Amino acid sequence: MNSAVDLILIFLILSNLALLGLSRLGACIRVAALQGVALGLLPLFLVESGPAAHQLFFSALLIGLKGIVFPWLLTVVLREIQVQREIEPFIGYGSSLAFGTVFLIVSLWLGSRLPLPASMQSGLIVPSAFFTIMSGFFLIIARKKALTQVLGYLVLENGIYAFGAALSENQPVLIELGILLDLFAAAFVMGIAVFHINREFEHIDTDKLSGLRT
Amino acid sequence: MIYALIFIPAAAAVLSLMIQNDRIRRALIVGTAAVHTLLVLTAWQTGAAPRCSGWLVLDQPALLFLTITSILFSACSIYAAGYLAGESGRTIRDFKEGLFFRNAPEAVFSACLLAFLATMTLTALSQHLALLWVAMEATTLASAPLIYFHRHHRSLEAAWKYLLICSVGIALALLGTFFIGIAVSHTSVEDKSLVLSNLIQQGSRLNLTWLKAAMLLTLVGYGTKMGLAPLHTWLPDAHSESPSVISALLSGALLNCAFLGILRIVQVCRAAGLEDFYRPLLILFGLLSMGWAAVFILGQGDFKRMLAYSSVEHVGILALGIGIGTGAVFGSMLHAVNHSLTKAMLFLAAGNILGAFKTKTISQVSGVLERLPWTGILWLAGFLAITGMPPFGLFLSEFAIAKAMIEQGRFGIAAAFLGVLTLIFAGMASAFLKMAQGSVAPETAEMSHRESFTHVLPPLALGVLTLLLGLYVPPAVNRLLHEAAAAFGGF
Repeated sequence: MNSAVDLILIFLILSNLALLGLSRLGACIRVAALQGVALGLLPLFLVESGPAAHQLFFSALLIGLKGIVFPWLLTVVLREIQVQREIEPFIGYGSSLAFGTVFLIVSLWLGSRLPLPASMQSGLIVPSAFFTIMSGFFLIIARKKALTQVLGYLVLENGIYAFGAALSENQPVLIELGILLDLFAAAFVMGIAVFHINREFEHIDTDKLSGLRT
Repeated sequence: MIYALIFIPAAAAVLSLMIQNDRIRRALIVGTAAVHTLLVLTAWQTGAAPRCSGWLVLDQPALLFLTITSILFSACSIYAAGYLAGESGRTIRDFKEGLFFRNAPEAVFSACLLAFLATMTLTALSQHLALLWVAMEATTLASAPLIYFHRHHRSLEAAWKYLLICSVGIALALLGTFFIGIAVSHTSVEDKSLVLSNLIQQGSRLNLTWLKAAMLLTLVGYGTKMGLAPLHTWLPDAHSESPSVISALLSGALLNCAFLGILRIVQVCRAAGLEDFYRPLLILFGLLSMGWAAVFILGQGDFKRMLAYSSVEHVGILALGIGIGTGAVFGSMLHAVNHSLTKAMLFLAAGNILGAFKTKTISQVSGVLERLPWTGILWLAGFLAITGMPPFGLFLSEFAIAKAMIEQGRFGIAAAFLGVLTLIFAGMASAFLKMAQGSVAPETAEMSHRESFTHVLPPLALGVLTLLLGLYVPPAVNRLLHEAAAAFGGF
């Protein structure tokens, strides 16, 4: 059990590093999708007595949403706007990876400072969740394309979800559904917004969105 | 009762997507708003039973914030009906850059407006912290299309910033909510749900390290949505680019809902005995917001942005009041009511000025009093109210906060508070007076513009309410404010 959890969490960490280093948007979307699938599997291995019915249902929903619906939505937007890769991000790919290493160290330190209750087994949960959150943040800040920012938001949400997974025993299903619904709507609205930005500005570089000043 | 409050606007939102006729749809908005307000007023008399196993409860703070939201929405719905009638079905020339644009479909706008009301109601009523988060994020999603009503690139930019910054901010609040969940699961108790009453009951047994982290994250998260500096960057853009009636709702109702989100966490922290932890944080954020706003209000060239920065100032005052504690908490509650009424009135008046003068630049507007007599009077009254002059309600609430500071011997904070208020008064006075007085520039004088009933009555009603609250706070309202303040560590 425990080794499966650790495997998933290590995959989470590696996928973050991949996202920081990749320039092709299509590849980024696929990595984020894989990350979502891994995250969907996580709660199933966390409970010792084997997953309950509602957890199975919920994991299936999560995988369907993060592994299929979001990537599909983003790929459609990608095809519409005909952008292939992120050119000239604010922070280059090499330096992004260096930042990633720093984030990983900080996350491990945070993990040692904030111990989870004994009932939650893996010691890697807190660091890998923090690392995913920081990577998501970094993608939002360091990249120009609106699409990458949406992707960063989804990665950030994945990281928060890893915390949620650790708690899934305590939380009612209704709440989790509500959170997922919000997430879905957010991705949907953002996708539409990216489409509009592309049509209005003929590009999706958010650093050019600077007409509004004080 | 509670279900009706949430589901009537939600159902009306769905319905408005299906209605083809513009007039019927506008009537639906006004009708829904009226029914909502009636229900809230009934709740003042009868109260409402908790629903959904204690997740939805109409407690005193909820009733207070729900009343503000409902009254504002009613006023704005009448304004919106008139506004939509004037905007419908034509291509509009942008006054700033001369480009042509169309508006978003009116059905979508109406549906989002009603969904916005439903989600704000849900935010006020949620007692389950995760449900609160769900509702809060839903308000962001419902209101982003409202900001992008005018389909041009500036409003798109504003909507994008709003969507991204608020979503990311609120994602942090979700993390904070999960942290509270972890703080509860450290305890040995059976009931580990995130329902507020349960958390308050378990208060002293929560894990303090996780709870502190949770407080920080939710303060930053909901603080982003509330517009506390330095997380307010979406606010001036969104408020200046959206239609004025939406600015009024964002400033008057939405910021309060986010404030309530922070207050719910404050309730938990208070029960856990973390008062010494969160109070300095709120004071810091409050003073920072006020100072930041003052810098941008002085020398501001755009009157809608000026109002937006004034909102940053006032949410700062709200946070500051909670941070000071004792009598200032009551001041903060009263301030939330007064600020909402006054700011919504000012934004609606600003919409009238914008409609008549076709510019948002302060230096290009003069002679509002001559050109639009009613709006001019409202504009001047609003200026006096928002800067906290007697006899308006904001004077009372700011006075209560300052008094509590001095009683506690916090003279440094009091001096900073009053100093910044004076600065802002000076900054706003130069802009507002110049706009109201003087003569109408000859090139704009020829354009005919009549003040219609729907454009004057809503801000007038809100202004009268602010004035009345300054002169006389009815006992029922006073009791409610005190009861709400007691929940957040004041009296």
